[in-house]
Amino acid sequence: MKLKTTLLGATCALAMASAAYAERGADGEVKLTFPQAVSIMNPYLSGGTKDIWASSMVLEPMAGVDPEGNLVTKLATEIPTLENGGISADMTSITWKLQPGLLWSDGSPITADDAVFTAAYCMDPAGGCAQATKFEGVASVEAVDPSTVKVTFTGPKPNPYTAFVGSLSPLLQKAQFADCLGAAAPTCTDANNMPIGAGPFMVTGFTVNDTVSMAANPNYRDPAKPAFATAVIKGGGDAEGSARAVMETGEFDYAWNTQIPPDSQASMSADGKGQFVVAFGTLVERIEMNTTDPSADLPEGERATAKHPHPILSDIKVRTALSKAIDRSILVEVGYGEGGKPTCNVIPGPAAWASDNEGCIAQDLEGAKVLLDEAGWKDTDGDGIRDKDGKKLSILYQTTVNPIRQDFQALIKDWWGEIGVETELKAIDPGVFFGGDPGSPDTFQKFYADVEMYANNSDSPDPEVYLGQYQCKNAPRPETQWQGENINRFCDPAYDALIAELSTATDVPKRQEIAKKLNDMVTKDSMTVIPLVHRGTLSAHSNALGGVMINAWDSELWNVADWFRVK
Amino acid sequence: MLTFTLRRLLLAIPTLLVISLVIFLLVDLAPGSPMSEIPLTVPPDVRQRMIEALGADQPVFFRYFLWLRQFFWVEPATLFDSWFGTSLAGDEQRILSWQSRSPVFTIIGQRIPQTLTVIGTAYLVAVLIALPIGIYSAYRQYSFFDQAGTLFAMIGFSVPTFFSGTLFIIIFAVWLGWFPTKYDTQLSVTDWPSFLERVRQMVLPVMTLALANAAAISRYMRSSMLDNMGMDYVRTARAKGMPEKTVILKHVLRNSLIPVVTVIALGIPSIFGGAIITENLFGVNGIGAALIGAIHANDIPMVQTLAFIFAILIVLFNLIADVLYGLLDPRIRYD
Repeated sequence: MKLKTTLLGATCALAMASAAYAERGADGEVKLTFPQAVSIMNPYLSGGTKDIWASSMVLEPMAGVDPEGNLVTKLATEIPTLENGGISADMTSITWKLQPGLLWSDGSPITADDAVFTAAYCMDPAGGCAQATKFEGVASVEAVDPSTVKVTFTGPKPNPYTAFVGSLSPLLQKAQFADCLGAAAPTCTDANNMPIGAGPFMVTGFTVNDTVSMAANPNYRDPAKPAFATAVIKGGGDAEGSARAVMETGEFDYAWNTQIPPDSQASMSADGKGQFVVAFGTLVERIEMNTTDPSADLPEGERATAKHPHPILSDIKVRTALSKAIDRSILVEVGYGEGGKPTCNVIPGPAAWASDNEGCIAQDLEGAKVLLDEAGWKDTDGDGIRDKDGKKLSILYQTTVNPIRQDFQALIKDWWGEIGVETELKAIDPGVFFGGDPGSPDTFQKFYADVEMYANNSDSPDPEVYLGQYQCKNAPRPETQWQGENINRFCDPAYDALIAELSTATDVPKRQEIAKKLNDMVTKDSMTVIPLVHRGTLSAHSNALGGVMINAWDSELWNVADWFRVK
Repeated sequence: MLTFTLRRLLLAIPTLLVISLVIFLLVDLAPGSPMSEIPLTVPPDVRQRMIEALGADQPVFFRYFLWLRQFFWVEPATLFDSWFGTSLAGDEQRILSWQSRSPVFTIIGQRIPQTLTVIGTAYLVAVLIALPIGIYSAYRQYSFFDQAGTLFAMIGFSVPTFFSGTLFIIIFAVWLGWFPTKYDTQLSVTDWPSFLERVRQMVLPVMTLALANAAAISRYMRSSMLDNMGMDYVRTARAKGMPEKTVILKHVLRNSLIPVVTVIALGIPSIFGGAIITENLFGVNGIGAALIGAIHANDIPMVQTLAFIFAILIVLFNLIADVLYGLLDPRIRYD
């Protein structure tokens, strides 16, 4: 009892102490470093994570997402729900109410007109808005009164928290961007580099691809925050250099994206100046199986299309054997250390959405060999490579140029060699691989290989859009100029039907159940996708910086207003 | 001499036009897309609209002539406007970077000072180190000093800057804690302490680059000195009873400098070009870092403009080196 009282007293004292210290601008400067420098501060014109995270310190949405995946209010008074009437009963509209008395950093009031303008800005087809998906299905955005915004959708929207939610979709100031609609959007250099926002900081200086200087926003809605008077984001260099500047020399307080080899992680942590923090979102490094024949003998236009099923990988036994031969724990150990976990799922999180599928974690070389025997692939000529009907079990395995991926390729080639599969490796420049140029044979969409490895993720905790990628209609093919997200050309009518069901389901547990089923259909049931590693984003912060709560569902800097200097 | 210079300048115009076309086609035909850095979560139709908003879907020759017009008319006109308050450029679009949507020349203007101070200082330091080493190594050929100089040059030549730079960071920043690893580009020199801070943050990048540059120049200096020391006029000078100092520093050195000056002059465009690796390593926001960033992002307007500016500088400094030749060596005349 006594101990408990003492502890309680101590906690209260601590709480009081931190409250007493809380004063805007009392803690001096906070210094952040990004391995990729910030190019622009307007998230609507850049899909680059570096730009979006940086702008999240300045621009704020109605609501954000916390590390557990729950919505938290930013500019709104409360999160609209069916219960509180914020979402209409037929789910076709959502109404946001702005907190009273909100001001932009220049002192002018924030009104519903600004939100209406922001929607018009991003929905203008000539503007090339990078976050257009956030406004997909939006029929109109109107100002009911100066502090109320109503977003109406073209149909029932089970997940209406898209527009104005999260750092991808913050409010812009109408007065500043009024002349920047449509085709004029890229030409508004000053507004794009130094947007006026409602966030805890405001931009005071911007050098392209180098440094963003910020000062505490004098009109921030919480008068006690932020604790720092100024903030600087210095960009450039590499992950190793950024990590070193926080963990070894202590020049910076926070480094984003310090994905460095596990042994460097360990030696830097040992210095005791800072720590690595990792956020696990939905990023999964995976091997995708080609269900179509990429053979160069086929004419262009038919090669790697649904006209010709894959001669080897069409057999689920072969696909399963390839998955069984891989030891995912070793991959994590070699490539990611603290920043990764073995996984068998395409949707590895949030926990409520993730399937309990763990069957692939343990490596099973013998089981893989048995499966290949059953499939009719036997080593008849004794050269160590299995064959069938005079054709060798030989696979072309491509990925991007990246040291970790090349390590993975080498390891996996060895394991596949042990079960009698010959593997040819190919590494492609990431700019080409992800570039999507329909004229290039090396894009990941064209998939002129048998298997390929890369990472992908869902940009929201609700994976509806992400799972929708594997529908038949999304297969890249000549008719779509080789665009489309269904890389494997996976096509299962049952899957498409389930996606349709998901898009109308409104009950959250029901949605989660469908998502798990969909996840299993592309992974353990069909082995079309072989997930390898659930990757986190690894960042580093100095021990002198307090309040960091890393977040995988929104900007990592989502609570930068609460950061403080540990004294 | 004047006609020679004029003729060379006139000849430079078609050369540069051809160079600009070749660069444009090379950059444009190289695989990759400005959208390759956009996350996969952005769907294809949104990507397509983003490409259209950049104008990247226009035919290649349309974009080339637009770029030519922007480079030779809009940009100079904008500069003229900003100096004299005229409005020659009107509302015409300047060359915009695809990555940052900022005018390319604004970015270059922001970055040139860093490149000139850091890379320029490094070059100057390199020349100041290299010349004495080269002279003394040649004068005392095969001495201990010469061997040490050769070793120094070998190290400078063969150790790439990404290695030597990282090594310097680990020794001088992590272990000893003397210098910062990241260059603070916001630092403005207003008083003595801020000047010292500027010097402190310049030490590591300057050291890294000076080592690499000094190695080459010292070897040129040494071999040029050795060539001249065996000449008859040197023997004559010594026979006349001139002091050794005069023989070496007046007669031999002056004659040996001719090829070295060419090497140094031809190296100057690389100062403007920046040092891609070193700038990136130390976070100096110079031209080199801008170029590599633009290449990674497939930012064609930026890469094209920078590459073309380098081409102009190289053509120009070739000419300057040729003219200097004539001035230094009266035997060489172009008329």
